[in-house]
Formats: sequence, structure tokens, C-alpha cells
Amino acid sequence: MKNPPLQYGSGFPTLLRKEVKRFYKVGFQTVAAPVLTAVLYLMIFGHVLEGREMYGRFSYTAFLIPGLVMMSLLQNAFANTSSSLIQSKVTGNLVFVLLAPLSHVEFYAAYILAAVFRGVVVGLGVFLITAWISPPALEYPLWILTFAFLGAAILGSLGLIAGIWADKYDQLAAFQNFIIMPATMLSGVFYSIHSLPPAWQVVSHFNPFFYMIDGFRYGFFGVSDISPWSSLAIVLCFFVVVSAIALRMLQTGYKLRH
Amino acid sequence: MAFRNCWVLHSMSAAISIKKISKNYGALQALDDVSLEIQQGEFFGLLGPNGAGKTTLISILAGLVTADKGHASIMGADVQSHFRDARRSLGVVPQELVFDPFFTVRETLQFQSGYFGIQNNDAWIDEIMANLDLTSKADSNMRSLSGGMKRRVLVAQALVHRPPVIILDEPTAGVDVELRQSLWQFISRLNQDGHTIVLTTHYLEEAEALCQRIAMLKQGKIVALDTTANLLSRYGSVKKDGEGKTDLEDVFVNIMSGNAL
Repeated sequence: MKNPPLQYGSGFPTLLRKEVKRFYKVGFQTVAAPVLTAVLYLMIFGHVLEGREMYGRFSYTAFLIPGLVMMSLLQNAFANTSSSLIQSKVTGNLVFVLLAPLSHVEFYAAYILAAVFRGVVVGLGVFLITAWISPPALEYPLWILTFAFLGAAILGSLGLIAGIWADKYDQLAAFQNFIIMPATMLSGVFYSIHSLPPAWQVVSHFNPFFYMIDGFRYGFFGVSDISPWSSLAIVLCFFVVVSAIALRMLQTGYKLRH
Repeated sequence: MAFRNCWVLHSMSAAISIKKISKNYGALQALDDVSLEIQQGEFFGLLGPNGAGKTTLISILAGLVTADKGHASIMGADVQSHFRDARRSLGVVPQELVFDPFFTVRETLQFQSGYFGIQNNDAWIDEIMANLDLTSKADSNMRSLSGGMKRRVLVAQALVHRPPVIILDEPTAGVDVELRQSLWQFISRLNQDGHTIVLTTHYLEEAEALCQRIAMLKQGKIVALDTTANLLSRYGSVKKDGEGKTDLEDVFVNIMSGNAL
């Protein structure tokens, strides 16, 4: 058999495809389960708090849906990069990626885009299932897409940082349970920060997740706690910071190449 | 099976060039001013006791570890500054039996090919699988394979981008006799077809039978470097077995104990 000369391209598309296929193969766990969790949140909180009005004109259920969509999107984007990296590190198969001629930028882009994809798939699943309960307004779809992409990319980057940093599963669980989970739950998914005491309103403004949720919700209702432009600026800055940290870790080979 | 490929067009640079490489892990000096050249087409043995620095040296060549001092290149490409060319020229069979439990054998090989930027490589993947008796397991999940089969997949992964230089880090550790023999036949054929082979092993009779040249590492330093025949004639006479025949194990023991230095 005669072998034609090899044509080398970038390894990025394959790494992206592999990362997507990895969560697709266990879709029941990575997509269906978080969608079910979000629907349960909606049913319970929607039932308990039904009758409340948000922003003076929206039902609580309608208010809650964008928050749940974004929360699911963010948590699953984080889970995709972090679980993939920690599993590959613990089992040792990350070596196959490290032996390949992939630059740190290609590595970063593949993992982050796969995280964005999973986050968006889960978010879309939550949206479609909950939409029939309370048909949502879609005032500004571009704002929705912008904050969805940036939010997933930020959480994907944080997952990458956590996955590289953690040596054991319990370290990653600590990162997830003590940083990501509280920051997400206390970001205004379930309430408008105007309903909080003044001191907690100030604290909420130091939580970058608040701006992701608030900007995302603005796309649905055209109403938000702060200007979407302010949220966009802050979210963009946060994206640049976490991306720079993740890229630097990959470039220097922190905990990957010794 | 036509393994000979575009690398014959490369300039006749050394397959592997290592110049004054040092590496410390805290207080432990893993490699101390190691220099070594391995020519294209050689079957080269890298021997030494556990902790001698063999895997560290291989990891530096593969870009998994960065040297504190010195330079290394594969087929003339520096492993740091020209990492893409260096890694395309190198296939590494890792010592650990690692695999991705999500995928089948074929998917594993397709992904590995794609990481190197090579698409539509199925004909070559089929050929490698046929040569390693993996065809019947092509659609089996990696988790379901025996240890020996997983080892074959590791070899296949190292060959999927058709590298001119192949490093095997203790490829026969824990492998049964039958697989060991078929693996060596296959690796020997690769060498005859023009691949440069670098082998680390604790089975010294394998190194003696296969390697044209051998380097021995001890505590991060090269303590012997010569052809296998010269090592046997120079150092083997210190200790002989009952029939007066010297083997590489005698040579290794003498060199490592300092008797031959």
C-alpha cells in the first residue's frame, strides 16, 4: 500500500469534536439530568411564590425561567471543562493531547467552545421545557445570545482553571460547591436584587455572576436591575481576566507539563 | 506495509539530539548534563535502574517536561521552539497503560490522528490495526480490552501520524510472552522500514537482541554509551556465566556497580 504524503492541519477541530462527543455519549447525565433539575426548581419555586409580581408586571414564574436557563447554562459549562480535565488527569489519558502539536490557544479554544456548546444545549433544553409553562417574552434576542455565550465561555474558562489546578476530585468538588454554586445561586436567579436589604445589594454587585444573569434576563424582558451595557462591560472584563489566567496556565504548562 | 515516508526527504540531521540537558525536581537531580545523539534508522536502547532518569529524558523529548538547562531536538526541530515539527516527528508509547474510557479503539485512533491535524486517515488506521491484530476490536470500547490489547492500542496511537522516530517506554512491562514476541517482530519491521526506534526496558535480553547501540543511565548521568557488541566485549568479560558466555545483564550489573568503570 502506498501512503500519500501527509497534509497537516490544526488539531483544534478534532479536540473540539472529541470534547463534544465526550458529553454527548453520556447525554442522559450531562444534558437530561440538569434540565430535569431546573424544571423541578421551576415547579417548586413557581408554585410557592405564585402571585408575586416582578418588575411590576411579570409573573414570578416568567421571571424565574431566564434565571434558571442561565444558571443551568453556567453550571454545565463549568462542569464540561472541569470534569473532562480532572478525569483525563487522574486517568492519565491527557498525555495523548499533550503529545500532540497543539498550541495553548488551540487547546483553550477547543475546551471552551465545547463548554459553550454543552451550556447552550442544556440552557436551550431548560428553555424549551419551561416555555410551555409560562411563554416567555423575547424582547432582545441578541442580548440573550451575547450573555449566554459570554457566560458559558467564562464558566468554561473557570472550569478549565479548576480542572488544571485540582489534583483530586474532592478539590474540584470544593471549588464547585464553595465558589461556583454559591456565586450562581446568589446572583439573582431567584430574585431581583432590589428586593434585598441594602447591604446585600452592595454585596451582590461584587458577584460577577449577577451581571451575567441580569444582562441575560434583560434580553427577555427589556427590564433589568442595572443597565445591560454596564453588565456587558463588567462581564467582558471578567471574560478577559479568566481567559488570560487560563491561557497563561496552559502556556506555562502549570500542573500539566513539569 | 509501507512505512517509509516523507521523512527520508529530511536533511540527514540526527533523529534525536540531546545537548547538555539537566533537570532537577527540587533537591533531586533527575538529569545531569546529559548529551546524546541518535542517528536516523538506529534501534537504540536506553537502559538504567528505576529512577535513573530515562522517563524524564523521554518526557523532555516529548515536550511533557521542560529541561532546566540544555537543548533537545527531534529530526532537527527543537522540542520547545519548534514543538509542532518536533512532535509530528515523534511517536511515544507511554509506560503507563492509559486510555480514554469514553471511546472505541477506532475512535481513539481517529482522534489521535486528528490531534496531529491529519484528517481522512482511515486507510492508514486500518493498516495499523491489521498489523497489531486489533481489527476485530476496532469497535470495542477501550474499557473492555485486556491489558495486552490496550498496550497494542498505545503502540497504534504512537504510529497514527506516521512519525519517523518512535520511543517505547517499557512497552513490554506486564505483557505475556506471545504478545511480547509479536510486538518485537512488528517494531523490528518498523525499524527495517526506516523508523528510528528508542527503547527503554528492564528485559535486558530484549535490548541485547534488538538494539544496535545502547546508553546506560545512572542517577541522571550517562555511564556507558556504545554499540551493543562493544559493550559486551568491553565490559562483559568482567563476569561470565558458567558456559563462558557474556550477556547484557552481566554488562549492566558491572557498569551499574562500578566494577567496569
